[in-house]
This record gives sequence, structure tokens and C-alpha cells, in this order.
Amino acid sequence: MAADNCLVANDWICGEYVRTRAHDLTAATLQHLWITGVSVALALVVAFPLALVARRWKPVAGPVLGFTTVLYTIPSLAMYSLLLPVFGISASVVVTGLVLYSLTILVRNILAGLQAVPEDAREAARGMGYGPLRLLLRVELPLALPTVMAGLRIATVSAISLTTVGAIVGYGGLGNLIYDGMNTLFKAEVLTASAICVALAIAADLLLLGVQRLLTPWTRTRRTARSARPSRARTGEAAA
Amino acid sequence: MDAIGQAWTWLTTGASWSGADGIWHRLGEHVYLTVVCLAISCVLALPVALVLGHLRRGGTLAINLSNVGRAVPTFAVLVLLVLSPLGRYGQWPTVIALVLFAVPPLLTNAYVGMTEVDRDVVESARGTGMTGGQILLRVELPLAFPLIMTGVRTAAVQIVATATLAALPGGGGLGRLITAGFAQQHTYQVVGGAVLVAALALLVEAVFAGAARLGDPLRHQRRSRRKEVNSRGLSKRWVTE
Repeated sequence: MAADNCLVANDWICGEYVRTRAHDLTAATLQHLWITGVSVALALVVAFPLALVARRWKPVAGPVLGFTTVLYTIPSLAMYSLLLPVFGISASVVVTGLVLYSLTILVRNILAGLQAVPEDAREAARGMGYGPLRLLLRVELPLALPTVMAGLRIATVSAISLTTVGAIVGYGGLGNLIYDGMNTLFKAEVLTASAICVALAIAADLLLLGVQRLLTPWTRTRRTARSARPSRARTGEAAA
Repeated sequence: MDAIGQAWTWLTTGASWSGADGIWHRLGEHVYLTVVCLAISCVLALPVALVLGHLRRGGTLAINLSNVGRAVPTFAVLVLLVLSPLGRYGQWPTVIALVLFAVPPLLTNAYVGMTEVDRDVVESARGTGMTGGQILLRVELPLAFPLIMTGVRTAAVQIVATATLAALPGGGGLGRLITAGFAQQHTYQVVGGAVLVAALALLVEAVFAGAARLGDPLRHQRRSRRKEVNSRGLSKRWVTE
């Protein structure tokens, strides 16, 4: 009965735990994925118009960026707690918190990406008779895509990590298992859930990197030449 | 919305501030942890980052450390450390977790700050006969100061945030007000505690942003250049933070 012993002995790594609680692990992973996915998708939908407004009306840019920075500074446990009276104990608390965090990163990167579009490219498109919408969709967004995708990767990886804290209201995905393991001193549960969480973050990061490569085939040759020097856009910060 | 009014009452009642579970005691624990851990992290990370940046070596490590730090959930690390054999040593698991998450922003920003110093400036300093050490301290360090301070500020805010989470596995600090509120189903205390945590984080952010501006050894020279950058719209710093 060596297999059972790792549960009894409370080992860190326990195959028996993974086998017997596969259902719990799958459910927690799925909850983790939908909470993160919905949050980042919503943030993207909100961030685009905000970035466009901030670009169109310069006086708005300062307050928009300032406000999102303030939101980003608020620690996650406090953020979820402040949203508690608004939504009660529900997944909305976690999703809203994550949307607010992701907004900061996305608005900044979308804005920076759009502002880095060379004026020559804009002029050429206008000369070819492109209207503002076509200019945005066909010229500016594709050129801004690498910066936008860099932001999306940071936002997604951060959101996967911050979802765990949602365990305080019972909607933390894998964080729920970590929380439970913490209270019952169940080492295998904590380690397994943590490992899956890190694996999710890495997988999401690589997936988005792949999508970016597919969407912007023209950057591939330039990137290898530039990668010798660290890019500043990747030195972002994370809220706990 | 009743919870907000009750939270205000709780925050403005003298009794909430006194005692071992009171706000003053928890705030003291939080500030103490933050100061100690920030000091340890700076002592560990900054010399390494400055020397690596000066030598322009180890860039991959310095940059990737930040990405790794982002992917690992702080909550998971806190719980793992508390359940590990270290968990027997009181505050140590918390201190280690706080330092672990403060080091990446310090290291990355200081390293990038050093490597972004114009090579021509370094070369001309060398031409005047300055030694490597002199170049590091008198040329590169002042030029890299703003980004180094961005790292320190980020690390400080990160520590305040992580210290809040340390309350979940039973550490001290303001997070305890929130977890106690959850345990007793006192929403007003959850909200009140969260207001205090948010206020502390914003205060720390503001203090370090101010210190970075006032302490900048090249404050006057930089001012004219900053205007130039702002007229183009966003300064580069917005993307990095």
C-alpha cells in the first residue's frame, strides 16, 4: 500500500492524490481558466476604446493613465474586498478585480503601440485614400500589434497568478485548492495546484507568443536582430 | 451599500484602533515588515544588478527573472513556505516570500537602467582616465537613478501587497483585519481593512515617486529633456511600469 502512504505521510508529491482527486483538479483548473479568460477578454474590449479616446483627446490621457495606475497599485486582496459590498460573494468580484488590473497594462500598451506608428506610414495610407477607420484597422493596429500583444501576455500571466487570491470569496480556481490545503495542511494539494497554476501561466504566455508570431510574420526577421538587447516593454511589474 | 457606511463607522471608532487586533498594531506590523524586507531586498539585488549592468552581462537572467516573478502566484509561494520546514520559524516564511517577490523588479529595472546609459558617455569617461569603479559610481549610477528608483518603488508596492496576503496563512499585518472580517462575516471590517491597505499602498507609491524626483542627482539637467519627451505624447516610462 505504498501509494496510499503518501497521502497518510502528507508528502509534497503524491500520485495517489492526483489520481483520486482528478475531478477536483479539473474543476478548479476549468474555473481558473474561465475566470482569467473572461477577465482578460473584457479588459481588452474596454481598453481599446479607452486607449483610442486617450489618443484622440490628449487632456484625457493623463487622468486615464493616472487612474489606471492607482487601480494597479491596490493590492489584490484589498481590491476583491472593496468589490465585495458591490457584488456580494460571487465570481463577479474576482472578474471585476482582474479586469481593472488588466486594463492598466492594456491601455498603456495599446496607446504606446499606436503612438509608435511612424507618421510616414499614416501619411502614405492617407495619400492612398484611407479613411480614419480603415487607417486604424489596416495600418495602425497591425503596426501596433507587437506592443499590444506584449501587453496582452503580461496581463494574462498576471491575471492567472492573481486569480488564486479569489479563493477568499471561493472563486479562485486553483487558488481554492491552495486555500483548502493551507487550512488542512495538505501539502500535495497545495503543491499540485501551485504547479498547475504556473504551468497554465507559461502555457498561456507561449500560446499568445505563437499567436503574435502568426499575426505579425514581418517582425520575425527584425526580432532576431534586436533580441540581443533587452526590450523595455518586458520589464513590467506585477501586483500581488 | 450599507457596508460602506458601517466601514466608515468602524474606521472612525477609537476601539477599532487599539488592542492586539487593532488597526495601529496591524499597521505597525505591516510597515515594519515592509521596511525590513525592502532593505534586505535592496541589499541583495542592487549591488548585483549594478555590477551586471556595468559589465553588461547576464541580461537574460535579469530580464527573465521579472517574467518568472509574474507567473508564480504570491499566494501559492506564501502557503508553500508556511507548510515547509521553514514554517516553524515564525515570521521567516513571510520575510522570505516578500524578499523573493521584491528582488525581480529591483534587479530588472536597475539592470536595464545601467545598460541604457549611453555607451559614448561611458567611453568618454574612460577616456578621461576614470576607473571602472569610478565610472559605475559617478557616471552610470546617476544616469540610471530614475529607473533604479522605479524598481525600488515597484518593489515597495509589491511588498505591501504581498504582506497583505501573508495574513491568509496566519501572518501579521493589515491583511489580518480583512481575513478576520471574512471569518466573522463582518463586511464592514473587510471593506475598512481594504481601504487601509489600499491607502498604504498608494501612500508608499507616492512617497517613492516623490523621493525619485527629489533625489535625482541630475534633476535639473533632465527637466529640459523630459519636456521634449512629453511633447511627443507619452514618455517611455509608461510602457515599462
